[in-house]
Amino acid sequence: MPKVTWIQPSGEKVTADVPAGHNLMEAAVANNVPGVIGECGGCLSCATCHVYVDAEWSDRAGPPGEMENDMLEVTAAERRGTSRLSCQLIAGDALDGIVLHVPQA
Amino acid sequence: MGGDVVIIGGGQAAASCAAKLRALGYGGTVTIVAAEPVLPYQRPPLSKKYVAGELERERLLIRPADWYVEQNVKVERGVAASAIDPARRRVSLADGRTLSYDSLVLATGARPRQLPAAIGGDLPGLLTMRDLADADRLAPDLKPARRLLVVGGGYIGLEAAAVAAGKGLTVTVIEAAPRILQRVAATPTSDYFRALHQRHGVDIREGISLVRLIARDDRAGGAELGDGTTIEADIVLVGIGVLPNDDLARAAGLGVENGILVDGSCRTSEARIYAAGDCASLLWQNERIRLESVQNAIDQGEHVAKVIMGETADYDPRPWFWSDQYDVKLQIAGLNRGYDSVIQRAGSRTGSQSVWYYRQGQMIAVDAMNDALTYSIAKKVLEMGHSIPPEQAGDASIDLKPWLKA
Ligand SMILES: Cc1cc2nc3c(=O)[nH]c(=O)nc-3n(C[C@H](O)[C@H](O)[C@H](O)COP(=O)(O)OP(=O)(O)OC[C@H]3O[C@@H](n4cnc5c(N)ncnc54)[C@H](O)[C@@H]3O)c2cc1C
Ligand code: FES
Repeated sequence: MPKVTWIQPSGEKVTADVPAGHNLMEAAVANNVPGVIGECGGCLSCATCHVYVDAEWSDRAGPPGEMENDMLEVTAAERRGTSRLSCQLIAGDALDGIVLHVPQA
Repeated sequence: MGGDVVIIGGGQAAASCAAKLRALGYGGTVTIVAAEPVLPYQRPPLSKKYVAGELERERLLIRPADWYVEQNVKVERGVAASAIDPARRRVSLADGRTLSYDSLVLATGARPRQLPAAIGGDLPGLLTMRDLADADRLAPDLKPARRLLVVGGGYIGLEAAAVAAGKGLTVTVIEAAPRILQRVAATPTSDYFRALHQRHGVDIREGISLVRLIARDDRAGGAELGDGTTIEADIVLVGIGVLPNDDLARAAGLGVENGILVDGSCRTSEARIYAAGDCASLLWQNERIRLESVQNAIDQGEHVAKVIMGETADYDPRPWFWSDQYDVKLQIAGLNRGYDSVIQRAGSRTGSQSVWYYRQGQMIAVDAMNDALTYSIAKKVLEMGHSIPPEQAGDASIDLKPWLKA
């Protein structure tokens, strides 16, 4: 199973195996990662699943889609070049090992 | 901190309250009493991706089963709480057991409003859309060429209509009010969704009264309408709103009036008993309201946890809601209650549009259709306590982004 690591602003890390095809918001919630909420259940309505993709992974994760790009305007934390809504990132071979930084609450 | 927390109701508010208690380091017992036989799950996909067969059942769960073990949150599944004794601080369960509590949280949600039996509200086979069992009953019937009749043009009925139309059913929606979504939205929003459904072949019949549901082969099979016509259907779904599950609270002597009355701390009339989610009636700008949304279930559920852990600030809701129909995403920021004027704004893409609600000149809510940018701006501006004047909101050539820095 693809691995995903979340790093908190405090430096605290969680690494988990995520079933391929699951999105990384639901993976965060399942693994009790603080700071990723996912109010809308991953349907691109809430922006409470905001993360910063680690610079090493940013290219592979790609840019946000059009609607996601608009939703990134409403994130609670500052938007950066590496900002993504994690419900739009799907676990799979391409992102195996990806590192995500959880924004400051 | 220790003690026993009992949460009655196993939905979104219950799960959020339990998770927040643990996240804040609550060290006592947490027990959720859930009438449904499943772990807490998300309801919104029921009338959207789940009933359409596009989302597996396990992925509806708010937290996976392991989480409850790791977090030491006990879920008593498939058993309802049957009585509360506030004086002895005990809850009775339908299977005869009793649980003691130091803090009790009522998160019992709401149930679908029924049509009176006199007009066929008790016919066998009649469907509603509230829980997993309801969606599981409807899903196998969503096959091409079947006929679906939806009674009630609210968001949930319209979402089900959209899924059914997408699967090739012949769909009719009847609405007694002059327009669909009348209770929750202004005319331009109703117009937008009427046109959307009509484009997908759904017959939307508004301002039409239901005389009675009719039976065919001893099952709900259609309706007789006020204009003398009859509609035949293979499936009849009633979506005419919900009623709060407040009977348990009423029987225990708590203050109840269209929901369980709570104060700013989400406390009921009993100091150790709280309520959160669809079942709670809260004060919003000096009026009693109930919010039926995921936002409120999560935030109010979490607020109760904070209060149990010593928080003294009041719950300050930041209402928002969404609905997905066909390829349209509706996002609503704020609450349009008491609006006295509306303005429309065209979005930057085809089919994108927003409807802005004002009360005495003050912006109070926005419905955004396929316009996430406008939604995002409106939500932030409302949260900052600011108001974009109607002249600006209504002029699509004016960029609203600068308001984010206001
Ligand atoms: C089909 C559908 C689509 C929706 N779509 C959206 C949407 O797109 N966006 C949005 O924001 N909101 C949506 N909602 C609303 C949202 O799901 C609810 O507001 C939310 O689920 C409320 O959470 P709750 O915990 O208060 O209640 P519920 O989720 O209803 O949970 C209450 C639970 O308590 C149980 N219970 C009741 N009495 C007892 C008892 N005595 N003992 C034990 N258990 C008991 C019930 O069986 C139920 O499982 C939708 C709702 C439905 C039904
Ligand atoms: S979970 Fe709501 S936008 Fe990602």
